[in-house]
Amino acid sequence: MSGAGEASERHGLGWNALRLVTLCVYIFMFAPIIVVILLAFNSSRSGSFPMEGFSLQWFVKLSENQSIVDAFKTSLVLAVTSSLLATLIGVMAALALIRYSFRGKAVINNVLSLPLLMPEVVLGVALLMFLKFLSMPRSFLVLLVGHTVLSLPYVVLVVQARLIGLRQHYEEAALSLGANRLQTFTAITLPLIAPAVIGGFLFAATLSFDNITATLFWKKPGIETVPTKIFAMLRTSISPEINALGAVMIVITIALPLIGGFMIRRLSRVR
Amino acid sequence: MVKAEHRPYLLLSPALLSLALFLIAPIIFIFAYSFWLRADNGQDIPAFQFGNWQSVLGDSFYWLALRETFVTSAVTTLICILVGYPAAYFLARCRFNNKALLLFLLFLPFWISYIIRTFAWINVLGKNGFVNSVLMSLGLIDEPMKLLYNNFSVIMGLAYFLLPYMIINVYVSLDGIDRNLESAARTLGCTPWQTFREVTLPLSLPGLGAGSLLCFVLAAGSFVTPRLLGGTDTLFYSEQIYDVVIGQLDWPTGSVLSLILLMSLAIVVAVYNRFMSLSDIYRSFAK
Repeated sequence: MSGAGEASERHGLGWNALRLVTLCVYIFMFAPIIVVILLAFNSSRSGSFPMEGFSLQWFVKLSENQSIVDAFKTSLVLAVTSSLLATLIGVMAALALIRYSFRGKAVINNVLSLPLLMPEVVLGVALLMFLKFLSMPRSFLVLLVGHTVLSLPYVVLVVQARLIGLRQHYEEAALSLGANRLQTFTAITLPLIAPAVIGGFLFAATLSFDNITATLFWKKPGIETVPTKIFAMLRTSISPEINALGAVMIVITIALPLIGGFMIRRLSRVR
Repeated sequence: MVKAEHRPYLLLSPALLSLALFLIAPIIFIFAYSFWLRADNGQDIPAFQFGNWQSVLGDSFYWLALRETFVTSAVTTLICILVGYPAAYFLARCRFNNKALLLFLLFLPFWISYIIRTFAWINVLGKNGFVNSVLMSLGLIDEPMKLLYNNFSVIMGLAYFLLPYMIINVYVSLDGIDRNLESAARTLGCTPWQTFREVTLPLSLPGLGAGSLLCFVLAAGSFVTPRLLGGTDTLFYSEQIYDVVIGQLDWPTGSVLSLILLMSLAIVVAVYNRFMSLSDIYRSFAK
């Protein structure tokens, strides 16, 4: 029922208060980001207010800073490789959990979700010490393994959610028409879950690109990802260069999910 | 050809193997390591003795750090509830055509790098930051207020990154409520406030619970926010762990500290799980 009573509630004092709180939430969520972007264009060299004039010099300086460019490369390679691994492993696990019934499923489900609630600092310390004990020094490989484990549960959850909504008739039809398991998967299941696979991949890539806490424990001294580079730069003071770097990252990280979301929508419309 | 009953285990084996090797084994390892003996020359010798546990548990500083961490996280969670619930209610009940866009906008900052969202608060709260320079130019204050590098800025930073978790959990829960129940309560004579208190609020408790647990656990485990926004009076447990492990290279103590943080959060999660379902939380990550 959406009668008169409900309509009157929408105009009362309480409703306006709710509207105000929500508006404040949106201001709260966007103000800091806008401030970063604003300051990136500030010509002042202090990196803070007041705004003294419009300038692109910090972006130019940024592109000339070799260590930041290197950090970008490291982050990018790490994000792509670790999320490819996580997606591969995660899709297999999600298939097993949704398409089969077997013993120990509930336990395995919980184990797979374990990294979600575990403090990253603890994960960072534990893996660092364990691999050091196995004579595996801090390196890119440790970062790769660590990031894969961290993003794996998210991929499993995203792909699982899609698989649940997918009826099995298509797969059964393919099987009864003589396709083998692999053919069924590549020709039927994979195209149907492609949006979730791409979504999971992008999610994992963003998580890896964004990760800082565990990365601080795992990275080799001298190797920096973008977040650890910013972290190190912040030790001294906030410089206009950091704001410029922040602005670039904001544009990239907002563009990625937008493209991802667009692709998912396109792909699901085709089906 | 693989036997049918082996197939799920085969599909799961890469995931389980990597978690066993790189998550579970390391946790077991630091548990063992917490009993090792730290020799005078800085070498750690495999042993079974309780010295590390005794020195950490007997140190009031670490207890203070744990208490501070939990108090700050609880305050942050409370703020997220007080601000997040009304906003989620509004979003669930409003009649905008583009509700999906509103939700999307709320989660846009979510995608932005965590460290950038954190240091943005230095720009907002700093001595020459946004708030101070606006207030000064308006003549409301004469000299900049000390808003940064204290517990206030830590709580702001934490609430900033946790609020969307709260809002989405409450929103999903409110969105799933059968509206006929509310109409029925109104027809039977409840005031709007009574309807909310007796019908809507209890039905949205699972979402509120899930959001609160997430906020609390993620806040209590956070490291970068207190490190960047905190000051000399800020004590966060994960900062102690980092300093001990990376700074002092004292691994036995670091193991003990990590396990204490892990166990105290596990207790919080277990108490929660006693009353509510954890699977709601895992599901909320996928949204």
